[in-house]
Amino acid sequence: MHIPDGFINAPTSIIGAVVAAGLIAVSIKKAGDTLDDRQLPLAGLVAAFIFAMQMINFPVAGGTSGHLLGGCLAAVLVGPWVGSLAMSVVFIVQALVFADGGLTALGLNIILMGYTTCFVGYGIFWLLRKVLPRNRSGVTMAAAIAAWCGVVAAALVFTFYYAVGGTGGAPVGTVAVAMIGVHMLIGIGEAVITGLTVGAVMATRPDLVYGARDLRPALVADEAAR
Amino acid sequence: MTRRSITGFVLAGLAVALLLALGVSHFASSEPDGLERVALDQGFAGSATEHGTAGSPLADYAVSGVQNSWLATGLAGVIGVLLCFALGAGLVLAIRWTRRRPAARASTPRS
Repeated sequence: MHIPDGFINAPTSIIGAVVAAGLIAVSIKKAGDTLDDRQLPLAGLVAAFIFAMQMINFPVAGGTSGHLLGGCLAAVLVGPWVGSLAMSVVFIVQALVFADGGLTALGLNIILMGYTTCFVGYGIFWLLRKVLPRNRSGVTMAAAIAAWCGVVAAALVFTFYYAVGGTGGAPVGTVAVAMIGVHMLIGIGEAVITGLTVGAVMATRPDLVYGARDLRPALVADEAAR
Repeated sequence: MTRRSITGFVLAGLAVALLLALGVSHFASSEPDGLERVALDQGFAGSATEHGTAGSPLADYAVSGVQNSWLATGLAGVIGVLLCFALGAGLVLAIRWTRRRPAARASTPRS
């Protein structure tokens, strides 16, 4: 979903860059309030894993592909503040080094694929955790469903960008329908990858899953008993 | 209880990421992604302009000058994975450096 330069006009892109810089500043502050020693390598690992997964486009219907965005995954694993920073690192590296995602669109992309998926994903994950069973499969299921919602939310955010400053003159309504439709499919891939990854970490090191830290004593005791 | 070390977990995770970038990225679909598809169908794909770093030696996830496309993509992936790991960890290290508080140390034996 990387926006190239030119799709969204310059004023909108500049506003996006300013907003993204502000969000990153907030993340740095909030992450700093709660950092513990272990988040240092985990932040690097999340950024590295999401970069790798984003290289792997999977096919969806009709000559179209999609790849993991990963914000929900990052937020469940290391929390939304550190997670959004890891996501921002990925998009900065992709734009500056790999020519993926426009330079003027970098702020827009950080908000779209980083903050939107991170915070919409984590918010829905948090709500689902309240109704789903308080165990490994409940956490995994919540992460997968929330990941799907995050991708669809990102499609809505792109539509908003296009309504504000889109070029090429396509009608906003049809862009909205097309974006949401295709990303409902891509979101399935996002949900599967997020669910498998969170499930694997929950199975091996549940103590490292930020989104399951309320379960930590029970899960660790459970593991010790096996 | 004491907290388990995470070194093994991080190394294993990094190995998975490197494996994905080096080996699996070759099999990625090259069809247009969701946004590109919409841009093509809705007629605004032509608005995209040349990328500012299109001349980068790693542009489009391929190491320039490497003939074998599998190797070119795989190596670019490995560089990207290591770069993201270093910058992600480095950013958190920098935040911690500027925020070193006694509370952070006291909280270590928490669980």
